[in-house]
Amino acid sequence: MKNFKSFWIIILACFLTMAVCFPAWGADTIKIGVIGPMQFLQGKGHWNGAVMAAEEINARGGVKVGDKKMKIELVKADSNEFINVTDATNAMERLMTRDKVDFVVGGFRSEAVLAMQDIAMDYKKIFIGCGAAHPELCLRVAKDYDTYKYFFRGTPFNSKFLVRTCFIQMATVGAILKKSLGLEKVKVAIVAEKAMWVDPMIKAAEGFIPKMGMEVVGIWRPSAVATDVMAELSAIQRSGAHMIFTIFSSSVGIPFARQAGELKIPAVQVGINVEAQKDGFWQATQGMGNYVMTLNTYNRNVEVNELTKPFLDTYIKRFGETPTYTADTYAAIIYSIVPAIEMTGTLDADRLVKVMEARETKVPSGIVGYLKDDQGRPLHDLKWGPGYLTSLGVQWQDGKQVGVWPNKWKASKDAPEVTYKGMVPYKIAPWVIEAYKK
Amino acid sequence: MLLDIIITSLINGSTYALLAIGFSLIFGVARIVNIAHTAFYMVAAFCIFFVTHHLGYHPIVGMLIGVAVVTLLGMVTYQIFIAPIREHEAAVLIGTIALAMALQEVMLLIFSGDYRSVPPLMQGFFTIFGVKVFYQQLITFIAALVVLGALRLLLMQTKLGLAIRSTAQDREVANLMGMNESRVALYTVGISIALAGFTGAVVVPLTIVEPFMWMHPLIMMMAVVVLGGLGSIKGSFFAAYILGFAEAAVVFLIPMGAFLKGSVALSIMILVLLIRPEGLFGIAFEEER
Repeated sequence: MKNFKSFWIIILACFLTMAVCFPAWGADTIKIGVIGPMQFLQGKGHWNGAVMAAEEINARGGVKVGDKKMKIELVKADSNEFINVTDATNAMERLMTRDKVDFVVGGFRSEAVLAMQDIAMDYKKIFIGCGAAHPELCLRVAKDYDTYKYFFRGTPFNSKFLVRTCFIQMATVGAILKKSLGLEKVKVAIVAEKAMWVDPMIKAAEGFIPKMGMEVVGIWRPSAVATDVMAELSAIQRSGAHMIFTIFSSSVGIPFARQAGELKIPAVQVGINVEAQKDGFWQATQGMGNYVMTLNTYNRNVEVNELTKPFLDTYIKRFGETPTYTADTYAAIIYSIVPAIEMTGTLDADRLVKVMEARETKVPSGIVGYLKDDQGRPLHDLKWGPGYLTSLGVQWQDGKQVGVWPNKWKASKDAPEVTYKGMVPYKIAPWVIEAYKK
Repeated sequence: MLLDIIITSLINGSTYALLAIGFSLIFGVARIVNIAHTAFYMVAAFCIFFVTHHLGYHPIVGMLIGVAVVTLLGMVTYQIFIAPIREHEAAVLIGTIALAMALQEVMLLIFSGDYRSVPPLMQGFFTIFGVKVFYQQLITFIAALVVLGALRLLLMQTKLGLAIRSTAQDREVANLMGMNESRVALYTVGISIALAGFTGAVVVPLTIVEPFMWMHPLIMMMAVVVLGGLGSIKGSFFAAYILGFAEAAVVFLIPMGAFLKGSVALSIMILVLLIRPEGLFGIAFEEER
């Protein structure tokens, strides 16, 4: 009886030892944590992009690390960051301590990513941000390189470049309005959700729009989750704006576009409306989001380079929808992390950082290269401009999202024209033409 | 600009009034602080989305089904979860918070967090004194007045109304007079949640449908109820329009601070309560009931 009892104790001890050593079981896999608001489209984009990358790499036998091949194992972490930033930091902590991931991709809200970044850096894990645009994320790398060097921006380019791209698109649309409607000076209403990433963009917009020969007639800051913007729209109409510069990443983009379209507010919408980037926008606005223009990363009919179409086709076939920019977890894994591992033959984060920050890589949305600050310190922030990443300007035209920018765009007088394959002309909403046509 | 503010506040106020009156009713009669009230409004919105978008029926059918489903759901959940703990006010409060969270999570699981919408009953808008107003908003405003009128008729002209009012005034005495107080409370819960469902039904074409859509109206509804005086239907009605006015005024007068509209409305509530702690139409002491 005593021997029988001892036998069970030994068996139990063996199981416990195996359980404690569980992470070692996965030693032949590279663990990548995918963190994002998984109940929302942004998080689904993070996950789908990563799944596609992992499937592609594993199908070809895995990642070559020195002499052996290692498969990719994804770990999903729901950051719930739209609702609670604390949930996001807890999810990142879990990835580090329980799942013991080697890399992390994802994150969306700047407020949450700033907090998550600290945790990943404490554990010296490479974290490629695929969603947040606040410059501070990368300024930290320059200010305290030893601590923050493991962070890289994967997408989008920072909010300074986002706003610069928006200004270029506004100038393009402004010129069309002037020419088509005979306007002397285009009046602009700035409507920006109340969120941290927007604040530097508003300052820039206030200063730069007048330099573009346009007039700012007012700034409205609705809540990011406002469901009714009738009051704002009435005030904008009273201001006499011809153009509304939108800066929305949250749900407010839907009621704003829907109500503006239904009320036929005589002002075109240009800027950022993340909800308008999605396939579901037409249904969500009941078709009232017609003629809304927004910055975007991908469009079904636009090819930035030879990698765009295969990526889009596979993604649409696999998930039944056009990827949003958070699906750039695909590019982060397949074009950044994996080549760096194969080049160095190691998973050592310090060695990988050196390789990653020096590389320039072609990805489906352009070319990824990393900036340095004025003092030559690495920022790990994305380069912007022709030849690198420019993003797209897309517009909803009768139920279809089409690419309208860059279309014969010249970054400077002497620069060559940039037009991506699949671009179509911008259309002014008929009620705007009706209101202003002389 | 004043006209803009007035018209916008009438429309916003109607939504708050519909929600707050249902909430006041159940508090007045059964002393239940039903935090899940706006969660039923959210469930009704999803029902309408499901019936119109997935089953392809007209929004009116969706609205009828939505109101019926949430009323039934409300009465069932009341009988199962709330009635057994009704005498413990703190437990009821926590129980209804849990119920609201559970409904939110269920909707999140079924429909995900994506933003959705349903078509309006009547598309388009008209202009009044230069202010554009959706037909759907007009429907909401009229519906609020009609429902509130019907509710008043029910309370003042029917036996059930008499029972509800008697129970609201004094539960023990109503019980002694032969009224089945538990049944009256159940019917009141049904009416109250039907009002929440109806609000969801008329408002949903103007807003976006998502599992967290119950939170902002909850805060505003509570503010309206407290400002009007806990349990006072008349108070809720007036307070709804006062806070609706405050919200609209903020957007028009401080465009850069439009996101503060909720906070300003709540500050007004606090200010009024400092001067009149029982609210505009409330009763100073419970013994006065």
